[in-house]
Amino acid sequence: MAIDFTFTDEHEELRATLRAFLKEKSDEAAVREQMATERGYDPDVWEQMAGQMGLAGLIIPEEFGGAGYTYVELLVVMEEMGRSLLCAPYLGTAVLATNALLHCVDETTRKELLVGIAAGETIATVAHAESNGRWDLAGVEMRAEKGEGGFTLSGRKCWVLDGHTADVLLVVARHEAGLSLFRVDADATGLERTLVPSLDITRKLAQLDFNETPADLVSAGDQTDALQRVLALTVAALAAEQVGGAQMCLETATEYAKTRLQFGRPIGSYQAIKHKCADMLVEVEFAKSAAYAACFSAAGNEEDFLETAALAKAYCSEAYFHAAAENIQIHGGMGFTWELPVHLYFKRAKSSELFLGDAAYHRERLADLVGI
Amino acid sequence: MADHRSMSEDELRARTRALLDEAHPEQVEAIPFRQAQYDHGLAWVHFPEGYGGLNLSPKMNVIVQDEILEHSKISHGMPAASIIGIGMGAPVVLTYGTEEMKKSMLPKIFTGEEIWCQLFSEPSAGSDVAGLATSAVRDGDDWILNGQKVWTTVAHLSRWGMLLARTDPDVPKHDGLSYFVLDMQAPGVDVRPLYQITGEAEFNEVFMTDVRIPHDRMLGKEGQGWRVAITTLMNERVAIGGGGSKRKGGGTISQLLELWNDRNKNAHSAGQEALLRDRVTRSYIDQELLRLTAQRARVTQQAGNPGPEGSVAKLAQAEMMKRLWELAIDILGNDGLAYEAGYELRQQASGIDTTEGLAKYQFLRSRANSIEGGTSEIMRNILGERVLGLPGEPRVDKKIAWKEVARS
Repeated sequence: MAIDFTFTDEHEELRATLRAFLKEKSDEAAVREQMATERGYDPDVWEQMAGQMGLAGLIIPEEFGGAGYTYVELLVVMEEMGRSLLCAPYLGTAVLATNALLHCVDETTRKELLVGIAAGETIATVAHAESNGRWDLAGVEMRAEKGEGGFTLSGRKCWVLDGHTADVLLVVARHEAGLSLFRVDADATGLERTLVPSLDITRKLAQLDFNETPADLVSAGDQTDALQRVLALTVAALAAEQVGGAQMCLETATEYAKTRLQFGRPIGSYQAIKHKCADMLVEVEFAKSAAYAACFSAAGNEEDFLETAALAKAYCSEAYFHAAAENIQIHGGMGFTWELPVHLYFKRAKSSELFLGDAAYHRERLADLVGI
Repeated sequence: MADHRSMSEDELRARTRALLDEAHPEQVEAIPFRQAQYDHGLAWVHFPEGYGGLNLSPKMNVIVQDEILEHSKISHGMPAASIIGIGMGAPVVLTYGTEEMKKSMLPKIFTGEEIWCQLFSEPSAGSDVAGLATSAVRDGDDWILNGQKVWTTVAHLSRWGMLLARTDPDVPKHDGLSYFVLDMQAPGVDVRPLYQITGEAEFNEVFMTDVRIPHDRMLGKEGQGWRVAITTLMNERVAIGGGGSKRKGGGTISQLLELWNDRNKNAHSAGQEALLRDRVTRSYIDQELLRLTAQRARVTQQAGNPGPEGSVAKLAQAEMMKRLWELAIDILGNDGLAYEAGYELRQQASGIDTTEGLAKYQFLRSRANSIEGGTSEIMRNILGERVLGLPGEPRVDKKIAWKEVARS
């Protein structure tokens, strides 16, 4: 089915509201303050966003206290958050964990956790990658042990979004039913959570070490397909976030090119700089087409969603990184300083590119899916 | 005159069916059918009544086409050689032509009885079209033309040419141009094929030696040719952009995938195969994004707020097509060393490239994608200056007389 790409007045209103809110609560000073903390976000801002504005439960159905919106609204939100480099556990809780809860777990757990997330009271995340360096689900090696008192987990999970602050961890591990989800609460015994010093300090990643840690099995049957969909939904949202960041890099670079004078004229009047900006514009527009297609496809539950999501992550990853890199170059020496926020976008771009599989990884997935 | 502004889509469909009742494409030849279509106001529905239109929105043209295709196996659609006349000639005649020109020329443009070409580019005026040197000197009721045009599609088939000439060399370049409709059969007009990289000639060179052109064939006022030309050029971008398949996996990418599936799998190592596969996937992504971006442009256009997504298409498409056909040759490997079709110098019958084409032909032909209709460098300037608002380069030719400007 053809994707419609129509944004309604309500969507534009949502965008405007969010942009105004983030301009106030997630300006450069706020980002710099939060990125330097271990927690990595401002609980007051989270409380306003999640509780009062209903953003944490944006895609959570109304029956669980959410707003019941679709991926079209989510794409608008992600784009704006990417633009402002918001420091918050949004991707982990409201996207990754929420989708896992919607698609993989039993009804009791789903209800309990979604209600908490929608209310802004629960921070949750999903842990699937391990130290073998793989993002694909076949790379999950952790096995749950079944003892008298239930299941326990042992081993290490890596690159877990907000894993050091989350109240609830949904851990992907194998047992006889196949790939499954286990719930581990933050205060479980034998759980050690370590904040990883990350390339992008605006997004917190943790390493989780389990040592015979009690875990509740919360899924029934093999979850490989369902989790594949959850990961695809997460990269679709991440692609929208990348678009927001890339658009910001384009705007920042263009503005600087208009005002920075060398040899008696604005550097943007030189074709060497102007053409860089034009190429960024093309890539940003194409990245929008890719990310919007993926999110509209998710919203419409289109058959080709998995392909569209892989395509979006592949293209937006490179477009954002290129925009962020050119933004440094166009800013010249100043682009290389700590003082300007240019490097923050550069780091976010590279880390978003690598997270959940880089462009080459997703191109290979796409090739497999469409039979290239 | 009846007001058709409020005509609904259903009413337009009914009117199209009335045309089909009177002249059905399966029963009448192309020219009488298209003449009837013109007389019913269904040629360009956005044109005024009496000139092939009904004063409707341009968006409604597609309804006529759909309705014809719905009820007939034959559409008698636009003849390939008429694309310039229909897309660019007709709007400029409608806007600037005399009543007599409109009445006599518009129907024949639409039926395909008279082919039109565009005489703007010159050997010394490519991207800088406004710097052109063909001169027109007033002599009584006539102008006398001397000069050379180049890259003229369908000139060898044309009855009329849209010509830009310099009528005043003593003012800055944009101010000294006038716009004429040239009779291509006039004495002193010499059309020669221009053979290109593939050996074929899609284009021509047109030489003009002491050609007389009556003053009343000037469109717009003397010295206002550039403004008239802009009308033509704007329509050209619309004609060239907006390509690409509307169907997923359709069009060019299906040709590439076919080539990939048929490749000699023993010719490359596993590492080379992996690299080629990644490049094929990149091309797949490119083509999908061209399609999706065109779709997105249509949506924002219909919503009345066209964004930059429309203007990036020309640049992106040109560069992506070149990459795609380069890859095609790389997939062919050693077979890419051969050019089976050979380079026999020849001129295409219609003068317009409509071949689906072999990969090797497209590999050569696609080099023009980033040159014709605005080079990629000019497109980047336009995107940078008009969309992003970056300042222009300092210009050395804007305020001085054209004849003082350095030329190659």
